[in-house]
Amino acid sequence: MQLSKEEIQRYSRHLIMPEVGMDGQLKLKQAKVLLVGTGGLGSPMALYLAAAGIGTIGLVDFDVVDFSNLQRQVIHGTKDVGKPKIDSAIESMLDINPFINVVRHETALTSENALEIIKDYDLVADGTDNFPTRYLVNDACVLLKKPNVYGSIFRFEGQATVFAYPGGPCYRCLYPEPPPPGLVPSCAEGGVLGILPGVVGLIQATEVVKLILGAGEPLVGRLMLYDALGMKFRELKLRRSPECPVCGDHPTVTKLIDYEQFCGIPAAPPPQPVGGALAMGEIDAKGLKAKMDAGEKFVLLDVREPHEFQIGRIPGSILIPLGELPKRHAELDPEADMVVHCKMGGRSAKAIDFLKTAGFSKLTNMKGGITAWSDQVDPSVPKY
Amino acid sequence: MPKVMIPTPLRQYTDKKDSVEVAGATVGEILGTLTTTYPDLKKNLYNDEGKLRSFVNVYVNDEDIRYLSKDKTEVGAGDTVTIVPSIAGGR
Repeated sequence: MQLSKEEIQRYSRHLIMPEVGMDGQLKLKQAKVLLVGTGGLGSPMALYLAAAGIGTIGLVDFDVVDFSNLQRQVIHGTKDVGKPKIDSAIESMLDINPFINVVRHETALTSENALEIIKDYDLVADGTDNFPTRYLVNDACVLLKKPNVYGSIFRFEGQATVFAYPGGPCYRCLYPEPPPPGLVPSCAEGGVLGILPGVVGLIQATEVVKLILGAGEPLVGRLMLYDALGMKFRELKLRRSPECPVCGDHPTVTKLIDYEQFCGIPAAPPPQPVGGALAMGEIDAKGLKAKMDAGEKFVLLDVREPHEFQIGRIPGSILIPLGELPKRHAELDPEADMVVHCKMGGRSAKAIDFLKTAGFSKLTNMKGGITAWSDQVDPSVPKY
Repeated sequence: MPKVMIPTPLRQYTDKKDSVEVAGATVGEILGTLTTTYPDLKKNLYNDEGKLRSFVNVYVNDEDIRYLSKDKTEVGAGDTVTIVPSIAGGR
């Protein structure tokens, strides 16, 4: 394999460094890297790894670009909203570097296809956003002996390391089990600083390039913690656990399992038609509007956070954030007819569970929250 | 006094503080005092049997207490105890 004249010109800043040079650039060109997810972490990784000249980059994604992605998923543009992320990502990557090969895997990574997809690559970079896929990527990488360059983010905080490197620890050595569903919020629930995945994704991209070149000290056996607010990097020691169920001395996980079940997520219920049947104790957005129009007397309790209330609210609602209910429920009349809402309906259900224990009885959960209100009743209320 | 670093997802249970100084000579004592001061933190750190949850790791300086003496790991006045929960975000 050789570099063309155009490639030599393109990669000149690499070629003049002894740590890369012609040999290193050819290693990058021959390398095959799989990026799982083209979202917050995947965007900067895909852009920079394409620019660096990684010869073959596989992308796994089946999502569609949404306006709320653009604050951080810089590989997609405003013109791409509504398009499959994989198409928009490939377009950006080949625009930056037409000398690379991008392989599309427009699918969710599952226990059925993961080994088949990953086996053709030299290493994997994990840019997913949920625990089941994290454990799936980890186990598949351990089974196939492919390094897994890991990064994860939450609000202002990031973690990065390299798992499944020969002799090094894996994700399960660090966290043998996932948290129960609902205990650790996702970015969609908790928010994320748009720049954060740029920093963490590029730590991952750096490790990918270093592993391919065999240069420097790989981030193996070390967990990098990044705190954007304090602007601090810290490093903690990681060890391979001899008791690890997948990479330990006596592994009990020798093939891929059902990761949704492992993470305590019940099998998806059959999809409900939009505006489908309401469960007991629920009201939908149109029902709430009708209740208001009929002049019924009731309390509309909003359990979101004050900064969400600032974005938009349903007229007549009173705000007590879910976390403050235990201290403030005395402000409410336990005899009053009450409708509780949040953004999507999850937190309001938790609020109702709590209020029941506090002696409230006339409680109704608003299905779909203020998002449904915006969709079905008043589109002037912004969605976020 | 040893300093306990609180990760972002758990700050909602510590009056939004990112670090708290807590007296104590071992990890067990320090986390015990911490969860007495902030009771809501307790169910997020410990399971019903009172064991540290397996998606939460605790470090003294840069060492995982699972490879030291776990709850009985000694902590000096200048040491930092860090709680590191697993986070999955990436999009």
